[in-house]
Amino acid sequence: MAGSTLHDGSSPLNQAAKQTSDDAHGYYVAGEPLVDPVTPTGPIADRWTTRRFENRLVNPANRRKLDVIIVGTGLAGGAAAATLGEAGYNVKSFCYQDSPRRAHSIAAQGGINAAKNYKEDGDSVFRLFYDTVKGGDYRSRESNVYRLAEVSTNIIDQCVAQGVPFAREYGGLLDNRSFGGVQVSRTFYARGQTGQQLLLGAYQAMERQVAAGTVTQYTRHEMLELIVKDGVARGIVARDLVSGEIETHLADAVVLASGGYGNVFFLSTNAMGCNVTATWRAHRKGAYMANPCYTQIHPTCIPVSGEHQSKLTLMSESLRNDGRIWVPKKVEDCDKDPRDIPEEDRDYYLERIYPAFGNLVPRDIASRQAKNVCDEGRGVGPLVGDFRRGVYLDFTDAIERMGADVVKEKYDNLFDMYERITGENPYEVPMRIYPAVHYVMGGLWVDYHLQSNIPGLFVTGEANFSDHGANRLGASALMQGLADGYFVLPNTIRDYLADGPFEKITEDDEAVVEARRSVEKRVETFLSINGSRSADSYHRELGHIMWEYCGMERSEEGLRKAIDMIRELKKDFWTDLKVLGTADSLNQSLEKAGRVADFIELGELMCIDALNRRESCGGHFRAESQTEEGEALRHDEEFAYVAAWEFGGEDGSPVLHKEDLIYTAIEMKQRSYK
Amino acid sequence: MNLTLKIWRQQNPADKGGLKTYELGGVSEDMSFLEMLDVLNEQLNETGEEPVAFDHDCREGICGSCALMIDGQAHGPEVTTTCQLHMRSFKDGQTITIEPWRADAFPVIKDLVTDRSAFDRIIQAGGYISANTGSAPEANSVPAPRDKATRAFNVATCIGCGACVAACPNGSASLFLGAKITHLGELPQGQPERDGRVASMVAQHDAEGFGGCTNIGECTAACPKEIPLDVISQLNKDLRTAIRHGH
Repeated sequence: MAGSTLHDGSSPLNQAAKQTSDDAHGYYVAGEPLVDPVTPTGPIADRWTTRRFENRLVNPANRRKLDVIIVGTGLAGGAAAATLGEAGYNVKSFCYQDSPRRAHSIAAQGGINAAKNYKEDGDSVFRLFYDTVKGGDYRSRESNVYRLAEVSTNIIDQCVAQGVPFAREYGGLLDNRSFGGVQVSRTFYARGQTGQQLLLGAYQAMERQVAAGTVTQYTRHEMLELIVKDGVARGIVARDLVSGEIETHLADAVVLASGGYGNVFFLSTNAMGCNVTATWRAHRKGAYMANPCYTQIHPTCIPVSGEHQSKLTLMSESLRNDGRIWVPKKVEDCDKDPRDIPEEDRDYYLERIYPAFGNLVPRDIASRQAKNVCDEGRGVGPLVGDFRRGVYLDFTDAIERMGADVVKEKYDNLFDMYERITGENPYEVPMRIYPAVHYVMGGLWVDYHLQSNIPGLFVTGEANFSDHGANRLGASALMQGLADGYFVLPNTIRDYLADGPFEKITEDDEAVVEARRSVEKRVETFLSINGSRSADSYHRELGHIMWEYCGMERSEEGLRKAIDMIRELKKDFWTDLKVLGTADSLNQSLEKAGRVADFIELGELMCIDALNRRESCGGHFRAESQTEEGEALRHDEEFAYVAAWEFGGEDGSPVLHKEDLIYTAIEMKQRSYK
Repeated sequence: MNLTLKIWRQQNPADKGGLKTYELGGVSEDMSFLEMLDVLNEQLNETGEEPVAFDHDCREGICGSCALMIDGQAHGPEVTTTCQLHMRSFKDGQTITIEPWRADAFPVIKDLVTDRSAFDRIIQAGGYISANTGSAPEANSVPAPRDKATRAFNVATCIGCGACVAACPNGSASLFLGAKITHLGELPQGQPERDGRVASMVAQHDAEGFGGCTNIGECTAACPKEIPLDVISQLNKDLRTAIRHGH
């Protein structure tokens, strides 16, 4: 932060953006500006403390009369269920998996950030806040991010108390490592399985509440509709995936902790079941979808091996701490055994272009440079189509420097995973990696209380848009999920619930009947189209379009083309889909059809959002917006706002509401990692 | 590769079920086992036969969803999860038999999908440390010896897939149980509830219909996370201590 000035948060440091370009003209309707109604003011360091005090309390005797539905059991959902259960609320928890313990947070490998400053290396809450805002390329809300950094230290305390087996030093104290483009060691980890251990902690805390009777868990249940009565969220319609029964569940508040929508790209590092349906159904009922085009492409994944590929596997980017990334200097060396390529013929391109950060540059830069060298024809690995899409991640120097035993201690499970998938031993042959879709920063719009624009509907974790701006730092997803679940939501939802219990609504209420009927009708439609193509084949086609035109690099022309292609695909889907089996049994093809239908609609909105945002920012690169050197060029004067999209009806255009991003504690700067 | 697949088809829990044979061509050795089943299902969908139901999610060996008995071995011939098994472990022309987990405590729901909710109920019985949100002391205020913390982590890697149960001739979940008992018992934070935890979890294990352990060791051989057999010794030791303490 050298050269940066600390600001007290009392006055704005930038002006509201004024968009002059209008690339998405004709694809959308301009809406009213959006203001967070509960945005806090005052010195940034005091905002959350003040708000926690101001938010009203719910009398313990009243809590058991208040029903809260939580959809999703990952870090954000599981932690919220446990915490609200402990507080005495009546919680109903839903997940599509057969157990809450299987939610996809479990697959996060690298670690979780916290501003503990145990290494005394200059870390602080303010520095974590600063790094997160900067890493998000100044497209996040500063109050939310400061709060995230502030509660990060509580998360570690909480997890250790639950028995999360973090890595420790010989003295028995917690170990930390530096992670993903950050110069302090603030990342706590449990070998390469941090997400698993944190999730099991949240899961066990939640199961404890199931035993205590405060949480009821509904596994193998999928939310298919939101129930909105008089503009307020009052419940969900869910399908019991085993019996096929369509169920209504009513409540005083609904929390969506249903994760991200990276699977819109078909190939991603998400689990096969990850989907947008819960949030997309809420969007169709009026909830704004914010910055849907903000996608994170992760640089260290195992490359695609062929057309059959069903998903991509991430290798923790902690590997970049010790591995060196390179490609051959000469195109003719690309199919050689890498061990036969002499040092002088290797291009360690990240170390060359970014000497200060080297292999630890942020994810978007590492990803884009990998794409660039492969586009130049210098990629390695098998030919898929006409291209070799891979770069080397080499541990030879690390093994020499630290010894094979230390490398094994740090990365053994990742090396094993790599060998299992590729059949190659990374202790002997350099690994091959390539970028893949990993996380989405976009999601449902929420205010400072994590409440959407539909009263009573709260959104947490990856499902909301709030904390990571246009790009997320490594080891910050786990931090946000648990921050929202353990410490933020429980302290904000009480202010809403303090007005409850709300008037009970019944199963025969018009809003309930309508929501239920629409779900039943949709299920019937999927089963009766009786065309020729599986839902999976549509999903694969959608994924190709999204990756090609709305992936790492986007252009005006490509995005327009993609929108047309998606609209055609949607028509085809609804006339030629084939789903076998019945509605009243376990039917995985039927589940998939519903998810793909929603992904198609989301894909179109993502392209419109990307088309409108004529700037390179965070995780995405817009061809029309680059410096002479080919680096990303942001346009704060036009785009320092949150794009919150309102559903425009079945055949209407989406409505764009802009929320200005005004900073009071940090000055916006163009990123430079050179 | 060309394969002959014999797959367990069972419409619902009440259906008797049986093996059905399918021929599948065009399988590449770089495919994962589940991608091979995706190809089969796409083919079945085209021919008008309902695709085979099987549990799967992360496909990177960590969520514990996938659970197939392949030629009589839980997760097949390699020490890994079904999703991380690749077709290079099989030969062209091979016949492969694919069944669901077989255990009284894991009833079949459909085809290759079983109900493993018994594991959740075992955790509910005490597989946690009681620490309400907000009540935790400063993380470094209680050091944990590194060797014990490492052992705790090693066994905490259990993914709850149930392969141990499927592999055990007794249908015992002692490895799953022992892993959680050992994980929490090795940490200072786990001590206050240690006795009650083991007594309660063992009682729930038995009530769910899992069998007893007779030290056969098939569980640890089948475990994709290589949870060692000594967690069962730890389980027994902790249980003896708990009984001595009056549980």
